[in-house]
Amino acid sequence: MSKPAAKPKVAYINARLIDPAKNYDGPGQVLTGDEVILDVGKKLFDTPPADAEVVDCDGACLAPGLVDMRVQLREPGEEHKESLHSGGEAAVAGGITTMVCLPNTNPVMDDEATLEFVARRARRHALTKVYAYGAVTKGLQGKELAEMGLLAEAGALAFTDALKAVADAQVMRRALQYAATFDLLIVQHPEEPTLAGGVMNSGETATRLGLSGIPREAEIIMLERDIRLVAMTGARYHAAHISTSDSVEIIANAKKRGLPVTCDTAPFYFALNELAVGDYRTFAKLSPPLRSEADRQAIVEGLKTGVIDAIASDHAPQDQDTKRVPFPHAAFGGGGLETLLAVTLDLVHNGEMSLAAAIGLLTRAPAKVLGLDAGSLAKGSKADLVIFDPERAWKVIADKFRSKSKNSPFDGRAVQGKVLRTVIDGRVVFDKLGG
Amino acid sequence: MRDPGFPHRHLLGIEGLTPLEITHLLDLSDRYVELNRGSDKVARVLDGRTIVNLFFENSTRTRTSFELAAKRLGANVINMQVESSSVAKGETLIDTAVTLNAMHPDALCVRHPDSGAVKLLSEKVNCAVVNAGDGSHEHPTQALLDALTIRRRLGRLNGLLVAICGDVLHSRVARSNFYLLLTMGARVRVIAPRTLIPSQLESLGVEVFTDMNEGLKDADIVMMLRVQNERMRGSFIPSVREYFRFFGLDRAKLAQAKPDALIMHPGPMNRGTEIDSDVADDVQRSAIREQVELGVAVRMAVLEVLSKNNAAYKAAVGQS
Repeated sequence: MSKPAAKPKVAYINARLIDPAKNYDGPGQVLTGDEVILDVGKKLFDTPPADAEVVDCDGACLAPGLVDMRVQLREPGEEHKESLHSGGEAAVAGGITTMVCLPNTNPVMDDEATLEFVARRARRHALTKVYAYGAVTKGLQGKELAEMGLLAEAGALAFTDALKAVADAQVMRRALQYAATFDLLIVQHPEEPTLAGGVMNSGETATRLGLSGIPREAEIIMLERDIRLVAMTGARYHAAHISTSDSVEIIANAKKRGLPVTCDTAPFYFALNELAVGDYRTFAKLSPPLRSEADRQAIVEGLKTGVIDAIASDHAPQDQDTKRVPFPHAAFGGGGLETLLAVTLDLVHNGEMSLAAAIGLLTRAPAKVLGLDAGSLAKGSKADLVIFDPERAWKVIADKFRSKSKNSPFDGRAVQGKVLRTVIDGRVVFDKLGG
Repeated sequence: MRDPGFPHRHLLGIEGLTPLEITHLLDLSDRYVELNRGSDKVARVLDGRTIVNLFFENSTRTRTSFELAAKRLGANVINMQVESSSVAKGETLIDTAVTLNAMHPDALCVRHPDSGAVKLLSEKVNCAVVNAGDGSHEHPTQALLDALTIRRRLGRLNGLLVAICGDVLHSRVARSNFYLLLTMGARVRVIAPRTLIPSQLESLGVEVFTDMNEGLKDADIVMMLRVQNERMRGSFIPSVREYFRFFGLDRAKLAQAKPDALIMHPGPMNRGTEIDSDVADDVQRSAIREQVELGVAVRMAVLEVLSKNNAAYKAAVGQS
C-alpha cells in the first residue's frame, strides 16, 4: 500500500489541524520532507512548492500520529494471537504511529537479548514504531529485580511486570529505589492479587450471574500502597489502566502532594461498564474488570480534569480457544488498536471534551509520560501523522480486524471517526484517503 | 406448535420468566405428581424421543431424577458423565456440542461446574437444553420443584415469607429460588455469615440477615442450603461446629419461625452441619422427602414442554 513519494516533499492542504500542544483546532497546512515536519501553519502558501506532492485533506482532521503506550504484541511466543507484523497493520489502520509493548512475551523481556530481538524484528516487520517496556522483575515473577539499568541502555522506555502487579511490598520498594537511581519509570498494573481471584467486577452483575467477583478494593489498595512507597522512595511511578473512582481520587491527591505520579486508562473503562458482560460475554472479560457505571463516569471525569494523563488501547489479543470457553475459564483482555481513536472520540461527540484535548490524550500526553519524541506537530518533529474524519460513522466488526485476534468488547458498536491516512516518517503506511 | 404457556426453546434459568410461565409449568407438574403416585407410571408423550443427560459434575440425585422423568414420558435416555477436570473445559464443551448434534437428541439436561457454561452449550446445539445446574448461577428445576412443594403444602406462593439460609455465595439453588419466589410475590430473606453472602445481594430484591434468630422470625418456609465441606476449613467459615452453633437449623432457632413453618433442603444434607437430624426428620415440618418426589414431576413437565417446543422450532427452521 505504501508507495514512495515521487517528490521529496509533501504539502498537506485544506486540513483541519489538530495540534494538542497549542490546543489548536482549525484550518491549516503542513509541509513535510526528509521524514520531518518542515513547516506548519494556518496558511503556509497559496500555491504549494513545485517540489512537493500535494495531499488535499478536503477538510479532514490532520493530527500527530497516535502514541499507544500499552499494547501486547505477543511476539515472541504467541504469534498465533498477534505478531509485530499483524499488530502493526492493525495499529496503522487505527491511526497509531508509535506503540509501546509490554514485556510479557515468551521469553519475557527481562534481558537485553530479547529486547533487542523484538526491536530488530519490529524494524523489519512492524509498520509502526515499536518501543518496549522492560520487566521489573526476572521472569515477571515479582521476586528478583531484572537488570533495569542494562535494559534501559538497550532501549527499554520504562519498566513494568505487565499484567501482574509487583505485589510484594519489599520488592516494590526496592524496584522503586533502584529505578530512582537511574531515574527510570515504573509502570504498575495496580491490583492486589490476593483480592483479584475473581473473573469480573464484584457487584450486582457478578452476583446475578453467579460469577466470582474482583472487588474495586483490589485496585484501590494497591494504588494506595504504591503511593506510599513512591513518597518513601521518590521514584517516578505510573499506574496503568485505572478503573475506579477512588483510583482517580488517589492519583489526584498524590499529584496535589507533588509526587511524581501519572496514570492512564483505556477506552474500555470510560466507554463501557460491567453490564457489557451481559450474558457471559467473554469478550468483555478484561483486566482490570469493567466496573460500575459510577466508576465509568468517574474515569470520564478524571480524563476531563487531567488527573488521568493519557489513554492507551490496552490491546490484549486473544484467540478463539481462550475466549470461546465458559466465562470463568476465558482469558482476560480485549483488542483495542483499531478502535482506540473512534471510541475515544465518543468523549468528543458526547461533549465531554474538545477534539484537541482528546487527541492530546492519545498523542502528546503518553509521549510526555514516557519521554518520547512523538505526538507533536511542531516544526522539526518527525512526520508521524494521522488524517481522519471525526464524524464518519462505522460499525465495529471484530471479524474484519487486521489484528490476528478478533476479540473486542466493542464488537458491534456504532462509532464515529474513521482513519483516512496514516503517515510515519513521511511515508504513507495506511491509506483510505479519497476512498 | 410451541406451548403457548411456555414458548421458550430452553430452560436455562428462572430469571426473566413471567409468573404465568412459572404457573403453567407448576400446573403441568401437578398432573404428573398424580401419575407418579399411580402404579402405571408411563405417559407416552415423548415416545421415540431421545433425551441426553450430560453431566460435567458428579450428581446421582439430580441425574436420576431427570432420567426417571424422561423414562416415564416414554423417551429414550442416555447418560453421559464427562470428567471436566481432566481436559481443557471449553474445548470439550464446544466439541461435545458438535458430537451431540450428530446424535440428534431432542433435549439435553446439562450440569456443569462453570456459571454460564450451559448457556454457551445451548448456543451450539440444535436441541432443547435444560439447565440442571451451572456453577453458582442457576438450577431452575430445583426452584420449580421447591415452588411446587410449597404450593402443594400451603396452597400459594404469593405473600409467603421464605428464609433461605446458608452458602448463598456458591449456591445456584439460592439464585433460582430468589428469582422464582420474588416473581411469584413471595418475600425472601437470606441468612448467612457475611463471608457467604455475595456482593450487593440486596439489589436482587432479597433481605439480608446475619442472625438466624432475627432472620427466621415469622418465616413461613425455612429453606436450608448445603454447605460444601471444602468451604468449611477456614477460608469461609472457621469450623463445622462454629457454623452449626450460629447457622445450623435446630429446634431452638426454628422456634422463631411460624409454628407450622415448613423446612426444606435441596439435598444432600450435611446432618449436624447445617441441619439437625431432629428437625430434618420431623414428618410434620420437613418437606425434604416430598421435594425429591416432586422433582421428578417437575422435570417431566419441563421435558414435555421443551421437547414439543423443540419439534415446533425445528419444523419452523426446516431442520430434520
